[in-house]
Amino acid sequence: MKHTVVALVEDRPGVLNRVASLFRRRGFNIDSLAVGTTEEQGISRMTIVVDGGAGIVEQVEKQLYKLIDVVKVSDLTKEEAVIRELVLVKVRCNREQRRDVLDLVDIFRAQAVDVSPSSMIIQSVADEDRNDALIENLRPFGIRELTRTGRVAMVRGAKTTAVNESESAELQRFHHDSGRRPEGDLPFVSD
Amino acid sequence: MKMSGADIVLESLKRLGVDVVFGYPGGVVLPLYDRLPAHPEVRHILVRHEQGGGHMAEGYAKASGRLGVALATSGPGATNLVTAIQDAMMDSLPTLFVTGNVARNLLGKDGFQEADITGITMPAVKHNYLVMRVEDIAYTFAEGAYIATTGRPGPVHIDIPKDVFIEETEFVWPEKVSIRGYKPATTGHPGQVKKAAEIIDAAERPIIIGGHGVILGNAHDELRRFAEKTGTPVLNTLLGLGSIPRDHVLSYGMLGMHGSYEANHAASNADVIIGIGNRMDDRALGRFADFNPTAKLIHIDIDPAEHNKNVPAHVPIVGDVKLVLPQLIEAVSQNSHVDWLHWIDDLRQAHGHSMAVPSGPELSVQHIVRRISEMSPDATIVTGVGQHQMWAAQHMKFTRPHQLITSGGLGTMGFEVPAALGAQVARPGETVWAICGDGGFQMTLQELATMVDARTPVKMAIMNNGYLGMVRQWQELFYQDNYVSVAMTQPDFLKLADAYGIHAIRVTEKEQVDDAIREAEGHAGPVIVDFQVQAEGNVWPMVPAGAALKETVEAPRDASEVRS
Repeated sequence: MKHTVVALVEDRPGVLNRVASLFRRRGFNIDSLAVGTTEEQGISRMTIVVDGGAGIVEQVEKQLYKLIDVVKVSDLTKEEAVIRELVLVKVRCNREQRRDVLDLVDIFRAQAVDVSPSSMIIQSVADEDRNDALIENLRPFGIRELTRTGRVAMVRGAKTTAVNESESAELQRFHHDSGRRPEGDLPFVSD
Repeated sequence: MKMSGADIVLESLKRLGVDVVFGYPGGVVLPLYDRLPAHPEVRHILVRHEQGGGHMAEGYAKASGRLGVALATSGPGATNLVTAIQDAMMDSLPTLFVTGNVARNLLGKDGFQEADITGITMPAVKHNYLVMRVEDIAYTFAEGAYIATTGRPGPVHIDIPKDVFIEETEFVWPEKVSIRGYKPATTGHPGQVKKAAEIIDAAERPIIIGGHGVILGNAHDELRRFAEKTGTPVLNTLLGLGSIPRDHVLSYGMLGMHGSYEANHAASNADVIIGIGNRMDDRALGRFADFNPTAKLIHIDIDPAEHNKNVPAHVPIVGDVKLVLPQLIEAVSQNSHVDWLHWIDDLRQAHGHSMAVPSGPELSVQHIVRRISEMSPDATIVTGVGQHQMWAAQHMKFTRPHQLITSGGLGTMGFEVPAALGAQVARPGETVWAICGDGGFQMTLQELATMVDARTPVKMAIMNNGYLGMVRQWQELFYQDNYVSVAMTQPDFLKLADAYGIHAIRVTEKEQVDDAIREAEGHAGPVIVDFQVQAEGNVWPMVPAGAALKETVEAPRDASEVRS
């Protein structure tokens, strides 16, 4: 099963290396990894899609917490979340085909962001499944170039995964069963 | 007052209470060495190889319970530390490794003696730093030492470019360290403790596995009290030996690949297993899937990542064993398990022959280590890795924490000589024995010169059988006697000792052992004893790699089965 793990990390040199090195060393499979700044200065947000069972993801979470630069880890798979990925596709497209491509763009609620006499760049922001479907439908025209950002995600509703936000009841139960101590802001602690 | 980066490093070490550094100079750390004489409170011991310096810091940390510090120059100096850093990582030793690097404008330009050492050590440390501003040095040392010594201890590496040593700034020592991503665990979750206590109270055949965490957490008294209140027998991992006195009625010695028959079967037949400060390692548990799958496992560890890593825990408790054990002692009822102890005792009676000291005239390692332990019961014992290490673990009676210093997780041959030196520095005036393999001894024997310089009177017992004994044992048992690259022509260790000005004794007969031990301990300086032991002895019992603990193989009973 694919899990969406969000890690809030100190924005310091080498932190991406530490996280990537951990995944490599422990043999965790990364499907995608997206990194960017957050609402809080000095904190970066990594959204990591991990393929594996519950035991693997528990280890991923705990091992991430052992990194000193990792401040908070959340598994958004356990919550209702908005999940998005941006895709840019450069597709072969002459004047005659343009209408057909734009029809597809409409159906998938994507956008045409660049046009030339022989090509078009389509941008789509959606979850991976819809993007996969869009790409499959564009394939017959001839895909010249393709890039995907990897997944980013955010919990629905007023709750957040910010550093100081307390966790949902379900996550609390999970961490309780894993033996966490009751006090402290963080579900696990670096040791 | 302004200080140079070099002075700030040394001042920071003093604030941390560091009074000895094991180091080796080189180009980029010259600014630091230049300032050493101005800080006489920090003793510098010049090693002969940086790996040795690293193991000395480990031995010092183990023997003292304090931060061990090693220092090296950039490039090869730094890479030579890596084995010791990984060793300290595997065995959770509070250590600080300081390296110099090329000046900032040369970083990444492949200059002379440049290595991306923070990149290299990243997966081998608890945390590491490349300090790019002189203003950051003091805080980095305070934070680094805090990380190295708290929670689950471990190695911290600080890399400093040469010009940062030279720049000047005000020395500001932080009042306190606060890291938002690092809050070491303290007490256990009361709900989990209660759950564990209920399971323990209902247990009929409980065992405790006492690991290194008990010793690192200074919780040996709590372990003993917990075992006594619940009447639970205590098994130890290799690194957990000494967490309960071996002569305690509830101490049942080591479990695992070369654990005793009764310990391995007790672990396999227990209905409740209480792992305390251990990491459920394959060498201790055997094949994970068949490590007593029906028992209820309670696992107390300060590192939550150890829970459910190798075997699933029914009740994981995250916390400092020093604080969790009193919670548990409070929560459990007084109990005893006489029948269960008898069952284990009977196993020992019936299957003790595997660990019997050979009774014949041959000079055996078992006899030597047992005599050292009997004649010098308080000595700190440092071992290398291999057969002699296992025999020491089986036959020596460790009665206090930190008495055994050995490379458990990484299994680093050559650990013994430098680690013993570090231990001796930490415990001046006390007896330190290094039980050495003849192979491992030659990996780091350059530190004999350091031993003479530093006046550390370590007693080194070389178990000289002319073989890489453990490898030979595996080739005998699992590769049909196909001995490949295990026989070694050893140098004349007496002449070698003589070259270093070290007193040496040769022992070829069993009758000479006691005299040699007495003579070594009576000598004021370091001593090498060349014990020329029988060539082909095997460590028994043995759980073959990949087998379950209950599949423990015993020594052949019939003398005629024993290989000639």
